[in-house]
Amino acid sequence: MTAEPIYGLMAEFENPTDLVHASKAAFEAGYRKMDTYTPFPVEEAAEAVGAHHNRVPLVCLIGALLGMIGGYSLEYWVSVINYPINVGGKPFHAWPAFIPVTFECAVLGASLATVFGMLALNGLPQPYHPVFNVPSFTGATRDRFYLCIESQDPRFSISDTRKFLESYHPLQVSEVPY
Amino acid sequence: MATRIDEEIDVIPPKGVRPPIIGPGQTLGTVADRIGGIVLTKHTPIFWLMIVALAVALFGVLNTAIAYLLGRGVGIWGVNIPVGWGFAIVNFVWWIGIGHAGTLISAILLLFKQGWRTSINRFAEAMTIFAVMQAGLFPLLHTGRPWLAAYWLFPIPLTMGVWPQFRSPLIWDVFAVSTYFTVSFLFWGIGLIPDFASLRDSAKTLFVRRIYGILAMGWRGSAKHWNRYESAYMLLAGLATPLVLSVHSVVSLDFAVAVVPGWHTTFFPPYFVAGAIFSGFAMVLMLAIPFRYLYGMQDFITLRHLQNCAKLMLATGLIVAYSYSMEMFIGWYSNDKFELGLVHNRLHGPYSHYYFVLIFCNIIAPQSLWFNKVRSTPWILFLVSTIVQTGMWLERFVIVVLSLNRDFLPSSWGMYWWTKWDIMTLVGTMGFFVLLFFLFIRFMPAISISELRTLLPQSKVKE
Repeated sequence: MTAEPIYGLMAEFENPTDLVHASKAAFEAGYRKMDTYTPFPVEEAAEAVGAHHNRVPLVCLIGALLGMIGGYSLEYWVSVINYPINVGGKPFHAWPAFIPVTFECAVLGASLATVFGMLALNGLPQPYHPVFNVPSFTGATRDRFYLCIESQDPRFSISDTRKFLESYHPLQVSEVPY
Repeated sequence: MATRIDEEIDVIPPKGVRPPIIGPGQTLGTVADRIGGIVLTKHTPIFWLMIVALAVALFGVLNTAIAYLLGRGVGIWGVNIPVGWGFAIVNFVWWIGIGHAGTLISAILLLFKQGWRTSINRFAEAMTIFAVMQAGLFPLLHTGRPWLAAYWLFPIPLTMGVWPQFRSPLIWDVFAVSTYFTVSFLFWGIGLIPDFASLRDSAKTLFVRRIYGILAMGWRGSAKHWNRYESAYMLLAGLATPLVLSVHSVVSLDFAVAVVPGWHTTFFPPYFVAGAIFSGFAMVLMLAIPFRYLYGMQDFITLRHLQNCAKLMLATGLIVAYSYSMEMFIGWYSNDKFELGLVHNRLHGPYSHYYFVLIFCNIIAPQSLWFNKVRSTPWILFLVSTIVQTGMWLERFVIVVLSLNRDFLPSSWGMYWWTKWDIMTLVGTMGFFVLLFFLFIRFMPAISISELRTLLPQSKVKE
């Protein structure tokens, strides 16, 4: 055991069921700063580590509203204020004809906000993260399931947390160096 | 990678039993090895090189045609008065329609929780993007001066103070198609992130690991990330669903808002959307059948997928057949002599053989899909899809040309004949499409690895 500060302790599991059991138990034991790493979304694991809600839908709504208002305003400003052209006596402010572009702009704004909002909330792109220092971590995109309890958690202690994780039959428990 | 013989795998199950979505014996690891293996192998298959060589040659033909067009102007095409919309608009509508099945598979079937869409959504999305790219070329080129088209099409502040006309469907189309391209690209892009991470972690050389590492943006499969990722994915599906319906509706309004006989009808939007999905599924099958055969992917793209695509093709084909009969009915029921003239022009005019071939391709040939034997035999399905694809191109030809060549004044009637440059541009875009698609297969996972895993029994959490 080194004196160097570590990021946390990482337990490796063979299947999602074991991972979810351990994660739920860790939450009940009072650990909060932890995360699971899985090769595909495991809903139960997200709930076990306390990730219930996220702000992506809100970001999406904001993007949609901005796109919608922006699109309609552009059409209004161009067609009524800056460049009014009389076509067969039709009104300059022809709102029904403005709807398709408004709709497309709303979808565009919402989609851009959703994708870039999701990436920003996730902190991606992220060139470096300590979990990649664990040699066996390549399994996280293949067929292994990881639970990492972080050293920032107030209840974290190298020996106790290791014992706790080992009681849930992981394949191995490794220290995650910074 | 061993390619298994087609006959061994494509065994039609007994009546009442449906083929599986995923072949037996696959695990979380083998999924990554099989799909990632296509990308990570150092051995490039001979057939890949041959197909890409042919596609590059056709891409060269496209570039030649475009270069000559830019030098000489649209006069090199067959368009003239009275038919000012020739191949360019026919090809545009055809290509953009092909894209629609990709979004239907990736977004609409996701919302309906159709698990089978998972094996085919990735390359169907790629198909959408590449088809929209081909489609986008035509409106741009048919302006004759694409470098000026920027301010004709997009609201760009210039010293001239000229702005697009927002009351015109042509401008709606610009917004619809460019939004469609962007949203399809985003959808495809976020789907690829976890798979790039998977390739990064199974790459054998540092260079390959770096490339996919950059593309994966540091994805580590964190539960908090997956949680937001899933939300974003579902939201994009929800956004893409009305979007895809709007795109071909707006394309149809380019026609329907005009007072030209045969175009000026209210049922054009649903008719166009159904036709788009019809031709799109034909294209999905035309790509999936060779792909699964050449790469031995019969365990992931099973007979179930082919059957389901065939059923959707049959269903949309029936909507299209209904639309054709409505077209004729409305022409007759309107009792308008110009609408009746169009009906006459279709059935007895100089292009009537196009119309009858189209009826065969789009109405008669797809009826074979009622038979399970046809739906379960890949080569027959490929043949039917090719016929449908041809028919859908002819449909757009009939819509565009037959309404224009004989309009209100018989003195202005005329014929439309395309030139070799029209043919070269059309064939060239096919080559460009195939080129993009095969580059995609070689360098990106053509089937979603992370999504496919969720179909495996090992991925389920037991209580």
